[in-house]
Amino acid sequence: MATSDLDSVPAPDADARQLANAVVARGLTKRFGDLVAVDHVDVEVRAGEAFAFLGANGAGKTSTMKMISTVSPVSDGRLEVLGMDPATQGQAIRARLGVVPQDDNLDLELTVRENLLVYGLYHGLPRRVIHERIDELLQFAQLTEKADAPVDALSGGMKRRLTIARALVNEPDMVLLDEPTTGLDPQARHVLWDRLHELRSRGVTLLLTTHYMDEAEQLADRLVVMDAGRIIALGSPADLIAEHVTREVLEVRFGSAAQASASERLVALDLPEVDSVERLAERAIVYTNDAEATLDHLTAHDLHPRGHLTRRATLEDVFLRLTGRQLVD
Amino acid sequence: MAAVESPTRPTLAAHPAVAVLRAEVIAFRRNWRGWVMSSLGNPIAFLAAMGIGLGSLVDQGGGDATLEVGYVTFVASGLLAASAMQNGFGEGAWPVMAGLKWRRNYEAMMVTPVRPRDLLAGRLLWGTLNFTANLVAFAVIAVAFGALEPVPALLGIAPALLTGVAFQAAATGYTAGLAGDSGLTNAYRFGVMPLFLFSGTFFPIAQLPAFLQAVAVATPLYHGVELTRKVALPGLTPPGVSATPMWVHATYLVVMLVVGSWWAARRLEARLYA
Repeated sequence: MATSDLDSVPAPDADARQLANAVVARGLTKRFGDLVAVDHVDVEVRAGEAFAFLGANGAGKTSTMKMISTVSPVSDGRLEVLGMDPATQGQAIRARLGVVPQDDNLDLELTVRENLLVYGLYHGLPRRVIHERIDELLQFAQLTEKADAPVDALSGGMKRRLTIARALVNEPDMVLLDEPTTGLDPQARHVLWDRLHELRSRGVTLLLTTHYMDEAEQLADRLVVMDAGRIIALGSPADLIAEHVTREVLEVRFGSAAQASASERLVALDLPEVDSVERLAERAIVYTNDAEATLDHLTAHDLHPRGHLTRRATLEDVFLRLTGRQLVD
Repeated sequence: MAAVESPTRPTLAAHPAVAVLRAEVIAFRRNWRGWVMSSLGNPIAFLAAMGIGLGSLVDQGGGDATLEVGYVTFVASGLLAASAMQNGFGEGAWPVMAGLKWRRNYEAMMVTPVRPRDLLAGRLLWGTLNFTANLVAFAVIAVAFGALEPVPALLGIAPALLTGVAFQAAATGYTAGLAGDSGLTNAYRFGVMPLFLFSGTFFPIAQLPAFLQAVAVATPLYHGVELTRKVALPGLTPPGVSATPMWVHATYLVVMLVVGSWWAARRLEARLYA
């Protein structure tokens, strides 16, 4: 059989086509009556990366996630998820998505195993395949011993891991996680981050929202900072820090009564190594290229802080610089 | 073949509506005791109290001569449809409110390939199974009481089932737009209970004043009761049954099922795709 002509033709196999972007949004907008929850957002999430939406509560993160998970119609603009249109191909998109909502909506009337079974059925998987996957997922979520326990009996961290396991039953290409560790204790958060890193290393695209800067730094390859429905910055955590704040951060406290006037004098000094100062009620945050020199300058000008702290700049500082507000009140 | 087998091939068993039905069956395995009590206990209690207790008085007063059958038989045929209505309303009300608001499993379902219309179809399939089981049990008991003949009783299950599913669809649409369950209690109190009492289950509506008869004829349970009674008690003539042809009753119920389903799917979609 002559195959020479066919050899030069690329295989028209859909699976062979590698998507460059898991999500493409152009001017994406969501309105609820007069409220604009998401305001002309442009964003591209690359296939295989871990991408975070960082922002305070009410910034539009959850609304964006709901539009991407195809359960909230787009008000305006264009959205493409896994190369498909949510308005017309929602079912096909959801077949390849895993969604972990902000509040666990596990079925409390069912056991751990039954929760996974039911989700497998919703995805149209044969029982045999579901049961194989359940065993793997229970192991992944470290819930094997709890397989037949009612969901009610699980701790917060366990419920969260089960919600993630449930989102993986269809072996999704992309997993959406809305505030994945909100409400969990530090140890449970680390266990969860560990699970998400493992997913990421398997090539699953992770898309998460968070208002914890440490979580964004831990998990995200790239992130956007959202405020009032808009994207105000985009980049890797390191790039954003380099771009928007100095390497060193000096926090100085003068005591409640003296803080305001001391902060004002500090700004008025206009020290050469200082990039900017954020004046807060109980402290001043000084973005400086040399914290030690700044402290010496303060002493020389008769400004004696009651306490001071030198630290690395974080995404929290980026957010504060960009919005003038703190991420977590 | 096995090497390229796709786990998501479009078979009937993999249809999202069937998946919803299967999930209902899985959840039901934990709740069947409550189901037996609430959906079977009630109609049997009514059959015993009204049919046998009250029936002996009615029949002494010549009721059986007017109705052409013993009162217990009259009531049993009506209760087939009326109990299906109650189960239909119940199944379209509280479990739907729970799925939307308390248990929130509908929200979890919506991020899978299951669409609101699949959810509705799966729920109606579940209702069909559930009500059929109920009606068979009720028919067997009515036959055991000597109230109904076996073959017509079994045939009467079909129109009663249609009544139940039509009520389930309408109740689902109603519930999908409610913020809380006070609307359900009110619908039961001011909708379902009057229908139960005044739609011909316990006495022919010819006993009602003329204007109330007109109201009764407009309501769905009346058509469910009449159709079920005409099937379960063949040969009965007015005033035991109405003179209206059976196709009128059947058309009313089919239209109610179709319109109710369309409305419910729309309202579920509006609620779940916000």
